Amino acid sequence: MAYTKRIDGRKFNETRKMEAKVNIIKNADGSALFRFGDTIAIAAVYGPKPLHPQHLRNPEKGLLRCNYDMISFSVSERKRPGPTRRSQEISKVSEWALTPIVELEKYPNTVIDVHIIVLQANASTRCAGINAAALALANAGIPMKQLVSSVSVGKIDKKVVVDLIKEEEDYREGEGSTDIPLAFLSKSGEISLLQLDGKIRPKELDEAIKIGREASKEVYEIQKRALKAVGEEK
Amino acid sequence: MIAEKKIIKQKVDEEREGKKKKREIAIPGEKIVSGKEYLPGDGTVREKDDIVARRFGLADISGRLVKVIPLSGIYMPRVGNIVIGRVEDVTFNGWILDLKSPYSSFLSVSECPRYIKGDLTEYYDIGDVLACKVVSVKHKSIDLTIKDRGLGKLDKGLIIHINSNKVPRVIGREGSMIKMIKDETGCEITVGQNGVVWISGSKVEDELKAKEAVLFVANKSYIEGLTDKVKKFFEGKRGGKK
Repeated sequence: MAYTKRIDGRKFNETRKMEAKVNIIKNADGSALFRFGDTIAIAAVYGPKPLHPQHLRNPEKGLLRCNYDMISFSVSERKRPGPTRRSQEISKVSEWALTPIVELEKYPNTVIDVHIIVLQANASTRCAGINAAALALANAGIPMKQLVSSVSVGKIDKKVVVDLIKEEEDYREGEGSTDIPLAFLSKSGEISLLQLDGKIRPKELDEAIKIGREASKEVYEIQKRALKAVGEEK
Repeated sequence: MIAEKKIIKQKVDEEREGKKKKREIAIPGEKIVSGKEYLPGDGTVREKDDIVARRFGLADISGRLVKVIPLSGIYMPRVGNIVIGRVEDVTFNGWILDLKSPYSSFLSVSECPRYIKGDLTEYYDIGDVLACKVVSVKHKSIDLTIKDRGLGKLDKGLIIHINSNKVPRVIGREGSMIKMIKDETGCEITVGQNGVVWISGSKVEDELKAKEAVLFVANKSYIEGLTDKVKKFFEGKRGGKK
């Protein structure tokens, strides 16, 4: 049986309901929340601040450090707290996804710490985390060239879909499921994150990137609205 | 050419007179205005014809100059700033101060108005709070001086921290806001550009009142006609007491 209808009744190119909020953590220099349906991620930014240990200091530009983690009650079976191989990998790719947008040359010898925490997980957590982190960086008043908007696309059986949920990720029939988290820079449209878990044909990958790009524009609109809302509430 | 200039001037005048445009939130990478006549200021860059925001804040267009007024962010020292710092460490020829900035700052013995001999901790020890002026910012190392009126060690009183971007509002236009708070409470107040505020009065109640007023201004810095609001705030306080 081919995958003709999505489990939760969405269109193939439709994302889950998105929500973004800025300035949610008072003690951080900048913070934000981003959600894709049941997936909720928060991000807090601290800095720029002096970098320790000193040997990591770079007199030409600052350092952006990301730390991604899932809270123990974010998944159906308790996740043991603390760093895992998976969280270390996601921390690293989030860092790479965010570094191109931040003007680190303005803060040599310093570090900007970004902490991403997943409160509730239902696939695409790294995408929600990157979106929240981009908002938190802007909220922290750090000079940035543009924002970054991230969305996951995938191939289920033979169908290219956007913003997968856990059940779709675990789809085993037909050709199975392929999960591709993507991150696009908001202005230049460059890709700063592309991971691929599964199998896909080159032609289908092109299509996946195309619909991912469309969906990332919607994400950007949500991010923009969240930042603009700061002025209205005040 | 002349005609072009005229058009520019006309535009600028319209901008100045016309209903004082409400400042809008600018988002990194977003176009603020388009046109060759505008000049990019702080927090903006020119990209072809457009002036593009490079940080999150309020877009401000005054005449031809376009800038982004930051709403958040850490303090970056500039030459001439009066700042308040805490002594972090004492070296053989000066003091290292913590200015709530990513870079450490140094106050040299030679920048002290007094003749200093022997143990430096006898003058300023770790934990002392000093009002200083930034004399140079080179390669991100900050040099300070206390050779000026009103600078030096701050004894007694209380210290509060506000966001450094709110400092201009606390001071007000030509110091109007801070003067009012000083007059109303009878306290001595020094506002460091790094967001550290020192308040000292004869009575603790006065100091607390001044603290409340400063925090009130810092939290409501986005409201227009804030000076009147603060006036009302003080009137309310007085009324409440009677």
